[in-house]
Amino acid sequence: MGKIVLENVTKSFGDTQVIPPLNLTIEDGEFAVFVGPSGCGKSTLLRLIAGLEDCTSGDVLINGDVVTQVSPSKRGLAMVFQTYALYPHMTVRKNIAFPMRMSGMSEAEQEKKIQAAAESLNLTDYLDRKPGQLSGGQRQRVAIGRAIVRDPKAFLFDEPLSNLDAALRVGMRLEISEMHARMGTTMIYVTHDQVEAMTMADKIVVLQAGVIEQVGSPLDLYHKPQNEFVAGFIGSPKMNLIKTDEAAKHNAATIGIRPEHLTVSTTDGAWKGTVGVAEHLGSDTFIHVHDTGLADMITVRISGDIAVKHGDRIFLTPEADQIHKFDANGLRI
Amino acid sequence: MAIVAQSSKYGQIGRTTLAWIVGLLFFFPIFWLVLTSFKTDADAVKPEFLLFFTPTLENYVNMTENYDYWRFARNSVITSVFATVFTLAVGIPCAYAMAFNPARRTKDVLMWMLSTKMLPAAGVLYPMTFLTKNILGIFDTHFLVIIVLSLINMPIVIWMLFTYFKEIPREIIEAGKMDGVNTWGEIREILIPLAWGGIASTALLCFIFCWNEAYWTVRLTTTDAATLSKLIEGNRAPEGLFFGRLSAVSAAAVGPIVVLGWFCQKQLVQGLTFGAVK
Repeated sequence: MGKIVLENVTKSFGDTQVIPPLNLTIEDGEFAVFVGPSGCGKSTLLRLIAGLEDCTSGDVLINGDVVTQVSPSKRGLAMVFQTYALYPHMTVRKNIAFPMRMSGMSEAEQEKKIQAAAESLNLTDYLDRKPGQLSGGQRQRVAIGRAIVRDPKAFLFDEPLSNLDAALRVGMRLEISEMHARMGTTMIYVTHDQVEAMTMADKIVVLQAGVIEQVGSPLDLYHKPQNEFVAGFIGSPKMNLIKTDEAAKHNAATIGIRPEHLTVSTTDGAWKGTVGVAEHLGSDTFIHVHDTGLADMITVRISGDIAVKHGDRIFLTPEADQIHKFDANGLRI
Repeated sequence: MAIVAQSSKYGQIGRTTLAWIVGLLFFFPIFWLVLTSFKTDADAVKPEFLLFFTPTLENYVNMTENYDYWRFARNSVITSVFATVFTLAVGIPCAYAMAFNPARRTKDVLMWMLSTKMLPAAGVLYPMTFLTKNILGIFDTHFLVIIVLSLINMPIVIWMLFTYFKEIPREIIEAGKMDGVNTWGEIREILIPLAWGGIASTALLCFIFCWNEAYWTVRLTTTDAATLSKLIEGNRAPEGLFFGRLSAVSAAAVGPIVVLGWFCQKQLVQGLTFGAVK
């Protein structure tokens, strides 16, 4: 069981308020991802839940109990840090055993859990090594192992994959998702990488300057962004946002169209432009189009390959039912 | 390329020579002290016996038989060990709190602590003597010496520990909190093992400072708690300047600490550079 509720939580550092009053509910067993640009307060929010930072006001509830004044060690949560934060003076075995030893678990039971965790994380051969002798990926597995053995009410991940290389990141992403499916424990995951957010989350919380911009399932956010910020942040490549007269034609201050919702033609179409860079990925082609008079650059995503090169004139046509409209305040119409 | 290589070679020789000269210059007083301790008082002041003389152990025998060297040495050990232990026992939690849970005024507190080192000791000599002798009745006790040594070394010990603790990633301590450890557990299980090198060099420096302290140990003791500093002081005044005997006493007083320092050079250098080089 691990339902986490934030009630009117605020956080200030000195005179600077980084989290204005915020309310959020994370249901038991949910995989929630906090996503947003650097400095948006997502890590701070996670640390408030963990108890590593004190709330300036408001309450944190775990399973209905107010834990605002409870120390992190007594909240029953486990955390995986970006820097792994393993104990460098202990072997892998001792690192994983540490939380169990602190809770006074018997040695036999500790050993059983260590073996189980090591097996599920492919660490069996490394149990007697120290963290300094492991690769980044292995260290992160140890950190996860240390979290698993506690049977926490919820797992908190603070950008756990940021220090890993791209290939490893994809693998670990899958492993964490599988772990969640298997264990069914609540997980809160902080990242600035919207791909991680989209692929892993049941619920995404998009933050900007400490304010929740939108909460919803990945596809909700993708198909129905509530404002321009979410529209621009979720999705890769980014949504094209157009603020010229073209937007006025749709009775909006801004219109947004995703790169995959534009069709390309070399002969005719609604908008005209020049090809800047064409990125050929094999499965897809990203074309960056200039001189459209709509925005500095319009990005188009074409499935498969298309023979265009720098300087070619092309025509773009948006799919009419895929145009997102926003008012002068950036809110969805 | 060749010119650069050559000039750097000359530079290397120059630097090595300079280092030796400076090193010998610093070492000379110790060398001279040890040499003089093996001379008779009469020989000690004669220039013709500067390097060539008949060595004698007379001064050392005299010192142990007539001047109760071992009692002073025992007092030095007791006061230095206990003062070091006490200073660390207070200093470690204090530095831990400031390094990992800093408040808005932590930096000011640190500066204030250091500022106490700027107080001229002579300024509080009278109140200290009066209070300890006439009111508290702890003059010339181990307790007093231990407290005084602890307090005068506390600021520097806390500063050193603070600097070492600052190098420990905050997340490791936070991971400990998340793993269900209380504050004492964090200090015992995580902080001390991780900062062991720094704590050891801090302890060593503190011990050396305690051992060498002379201003207060000379003035706040008479016999019972008198340390080796007092023994040196005592051999200077009453019977005129007996260089041979004085040298023997001094050599026997600084000897243990020089030997300790020699064996712990690595930790000492680490301690003195304040963790500036990782």
